[in-house]
Amino acid sequence: MVGERGWRKAATATLFLAPSLVPLALFTLGPMVASFGLSFLRWDLIRPARPVGLANYSGVLADPDFHAAVLHTAFFIAGYLPLVYVGGLVIALGLNQRLRGLAVFRSIYFLPVVTSWVVVALVWKWLLNPDDGIVNYLLSLVGIQGPGWWTDPAWAMPSIILASAWKDLGFVMVILLAGLQAIPEDYYEAAAVDGAGRWARFRSITLPLLSPASFFVLVISLINSFQVFDQIWVMTNGGPAGASSVVVEQIVKHAFSYGQMGYAAAMSWILFAAILGVTLVQFRLQQRWVTYG
Amino acid sequence: MGSIELARSVARSSGAARSRRRPLGRLAARGGLYALLILGGLVMLFPFAWMVSTSFKPDRELFVTPPQLIPAPFTPENYARVAETFPLARFMLNSLIVAAISASAQILTSAMAAYGFARLRFRGRDALFLVYLATLMVPLQVTIVPLFVEMRVLGLVNTYPALILPTIASAFGTFMLRQAILSLPRELDEAAFIDGASHWTVFRRIVLPLSRPALAAFGIFAFMASWNSFLWPLVVISSQDLMTLPVGLSNLHGRYETAWNLVMAGATISVIPIMAVYAVAQKHVIRGVALSGLKG
Repeated sequence: MVGERGWRKAATATLFLAPSLVPLALFTLGPMVASFGLSFLRWDLIRPARPVGLANYSGVLADPDFHAAVLHTAFFIAGYLPLVYVGGLVIALGLNQRLRGLAVFRSIYFLPVVTSWVVVALVWKWLLNPDDGIVNYLLSLVGIQGPGWWTDPAWAMPSIILASAWKDLGFVMVILLAGLQAIPEDYYEAAAVDGAGRWARFRSITLPLLSPASFFVLVISLINSFQVFDQIWVMTNGGPAGASSVVVEQIVKHAFSYGQMGYAAAMSWILFAAILGVTLVQFRLQQRWVTYG
Repeated sequence: MGSIELARSVARSSGAARSRRRPLGRLAARGGLYALLILGGLVMLFPFAWMVSTSFKPDRELFVTPPQLIPAPFTPENYARVAETFPLARFMLNSLIVAAISASAQILTSAMAAYGFARLRFRGRDALFLVYLATLMVPLQVTIVPLFVEMRVLGLVNTYPALILPTIASAFGTFMLRQAILSLPRELDEAAFIDGASHWTVFRRIVLPLSRPALAAFGIFAFMASWNSFLWPLVVISSQDLMTLPVGLSNLHGRYETAWNLVMAGATISVIPIMAVYAVAQKHVIRGVALSGLKG
């Protein structure tokens, strides 16, 4: 039997939790379960849904457009991740030198992070305009004939990578800078006393003690790269000739242009499984290189 | 004195001497560092400067060589031209309404749930908290199709509620604010309970005021996330009157493919409010990111 106090407790808990639990159940948990169910159906929103077993999954896995999208997403990750991490690390190291004006620099480098993707994508599309863009003009000043950037299938993905790294650099920098600032100064002093040079101190103190922050940044950035969409939608819409088509863009097109709801849902679960798998592997591998405390 | 200690003290003194002896070298290193950071800063700022500059250029100045950073002649006409065909003010109002309601609702619902998880004891609490954390991992792409169907069934496609309802609760906010509440001392709560206060009173009068920094940081995140969100508004809104700025801008670009002065005018207008928020609250934003690692 639940006593009066028990009821009271339950009522209080409900009062505090219901306002978030109900929307989460309706708009996140419910749709998540429904999406899983949907991935076994064929449904175009008009005719009645029809169960098709695993046909959507096998269809996606055999779909050459999906293969291309996976390849492009992987290409994006391979270009973007090292660029944004090394760039962010260099800036963070530079800002960690007890400089005057640190706060000003930090705010400037962080500016693109708070700007919407649509704006960043539009501005970069204009900067990287093949004929009249300022970047190709600057390149021509030093005698380089600039590429066709987002109009050239070979350069579409690199253009998107460049814009993405520019936007996210500040995010990586802020996390790594916080990590650097948490490293006790006396570690460096002790190592200097022992005759360790700059490089040795960087390798044996900075990198290991920064590894939790690096791990965090890499996990988040990788998850976000799997979901790359906004910038591609605006800069290239997956083109030219499908050269920058990625997985999320395929999901959106299948669901909202071709009306293949079940197929899109199956694709989204494959994406989710891939993200989950890669994140788990990262957590597994962290014992090898991440030092806590 | 042992030889190691001797070596250390020599190293220490020679290190000190070195830095005293070569102030010029250090000055040069410092100067080089500043030069690099300023160069990097220019790379970050230039695209914004170019956006604003382009937005004030007349059509024929767009494609001249060499390109000019300061527009001559300088014309505000592009803004008027954009406003004639695209209800930019309306887009901005839509973004503002959606972001303000969504952020306030998230602060309230997340703070309440955070209090529940941090201060109440009830059966299944920890399991329920795990469910909240699990929803953090679900990407929007997984839920977007059923969410759209749900909105259709409810007859809400192409309405404000479709933009707002899915964002009134936040598992991330619950998590972040729970951490903040857990770090508050319990003595104040207990004193209030002895005086006969209810949980609601303690929440309103003690916990909320004490967690103001965390609430502010989270509120700004929630506002920015909503202001910048693209995929869901793109999918669920079709009439121009209800479009938020990012979707409106993307359409503006679709319409004026090569009229970059018009597109940049739209982009410039759309970053002004978020830049204002950032200018006022950047300390909270950066500290919040450093602590929690959420993207703005």
